[in-house]
Amino acid sequence: MKQVFHILGKEFRTYFVSPIAYIVISIFLLITGWFFFMTFFLFDQADLRNFFGLLPIIFSFVIPAITMRLFSEELNVGSYEILLTMPVTFRQVVLGKFLASLVFVGAMLVPTLAYPVSVSFLGELDWGPVIGGYIGAMLLGAAFSAIGLFASSLTRNQIIAFITGMAICFSLTLIDKMLFFLPQLLLGFLQYLGADFHFRTISKGILDSRDVLYFLSVSFIGLYGTHLSLQEKS
Amino acid sequence: MIQVRDLTKYYGDLCAVDHITFDLSQGEILGLLGPNGAGKTTTLRMLTAFLRPTSGTIRVKDYSIDEHPVEIKKLLGYLPEAAPLYHDMLVYDYLDYVANMRELDRNRKLSRIRDMADLCGLNDVMHKPIGELSKGYRQRVGLAHAMMSDPEILVLDEPTLGLDPNQIVEIRDIIKEIGKEKTIILSTHILSEAEATCDRIVIIHRGKIVADSSTESLKHSASGECFITISLKNARVKSVKKELDSIRAITGIALHDDEEGVLHVRLACRPSADLREEIYQTIKGTDWVLLEFRQETKTLENVFRELTTEG
Repeated sequence: MKQVFHILGKEFRTYFVSPIAYIVISIFLLITGWFFFMTFFLFDQADLRNFFGLLPIIFSFVIPAITMRLFSEELNVGSYEILLTMPVTFRQVVLGKFLASLVFVGAMLVPTLAYPVSVSFLGELDWGPVIGGYIGAMLLGAAFSAIGLFASSLTRNQIIAFITGMAICFSLTLIDKMLFFLPQLLLGFLQYLGADFHFRTISKGILDSRDVLYFLSVSFIGLYGTHLSLQEKS
Repeated sequence: MIQVRDLTKYYGDLCAVDHITFDLSQGEILGLLGPNGAGKTTTLRMLTAFLRPTSGTIRVKDYSIDEHPVEIKKLLGYLPEAAPLYHDMLVYDYLDYVANMRELDRNRKLSRIRDMADLCGLNDVMHKPIGELSKGYRQRVGLAHAMMSDPEILVLDEPTLGLDPNQIVEIRDIIKEIGKEKTIILSTHILSEAEATCDRIVIIHRGKIVADSSTESLKHSASGECFITISLKNARVKSVKKELDSIRAITGIALHDDEEGVLHVRLACRPSADLREEIYQTIKGTDWVLLEFRQETKTLENVFRELTTEG
């Protein structure tokens, strides 16, 4: 278990040694800040619904950018061999890297706490949906991180990893908006697959076990896929 | 210490390692030799549990690679080919990370990092990113990585690759030094290196073991001829031929003279006979000036070529 935290620590530090972390966090804050405050004063409502509404789309390309290097870079440089010949199991490696990405998502969300705080000065803010929204954001972050990690474990090319991860995340986000193309029979099933669909209920402040279960299962499938993909390489 | 039995690895249809069997006892330095693509790296990768064998077993001490890969990895220190390291980490951070992963406790970690930095000559580059280091330094960091936890077994894949001649000598000395207590298995295609450092040599060709014996006996086993090279001044081709033909153990003479009038003679002799005295006496009786006189016994190189070329 110790190894998981050493891998986590190393990966997390590496983010901040290279410019990746700063670029990703700046872009994230710029986009969310811009879109949130662009309409905030027009609506004249003290809530963060707009901000959370945007998160699934923004996460769909920000998180694959965070996870793309986790395995691809190691495979490309060859340090993957060094990593796996240390006394670790596949599970520890996958978990360490996944948690590094998740902690990074958390670090990225911390500056956005300024939004609810500043909004609460302007009007009566209902904290319930805000807390629900942040819990949902972490769950969404976990699910997308697992998917991004899986994409990264498939290839030694970071750009391919990014695009694959983004494609999967976008499909999950947008699937419930595409439903009118699809036959009636599949509707309920496909809607249930949509990440945005589940995120919306959580960000309203409703913690439904079905939604939590959805994000946890997507995370699990992503991590299990990564595990299989690593095993396949040996 | 290490038992390898019928180890086989297929990459798709390609058979990289074909039923390899060898043992390694404690304190031995084993050199794995072979031409490019012979299966050296694949063998070492299976030994370090990085690749899974298609069939066959590896046992290290009482552990089998299928059941206890983590325990085996704890016993091993591994330097992969060309030391692929994290380019954006500082050397110190990297060694610290390795020490953590190897579960060294705090005090031991610091002293170990210091020792490794001294042993591998890393003190000047501790605070540089690994990506900025020269190849030689990277190799040293890799070596420090492999030895960090003071493992009982060291697995080194081409440890002197990309180093300059001084560094090669240094690294060899380090290997010999630690080889006094540790078990080392190293792969190389530089024969003089194997000759200088290893107790035992295993030659692999096309995934099969073609030779497995101690370095000494491998050199002695070299069958065939030995050669004597002589350089003469003031000598004529005809008379040299005539004089030397009278020595019976010589099986072949090759002559050529260079522009300065020096005649180079290469004599092939039967391996059993030592003809040096006889040849010297012959030359003494003439008015030739002897510039060079040298006997070559068959080296490892010849053995290697014999075993690994198709014919």
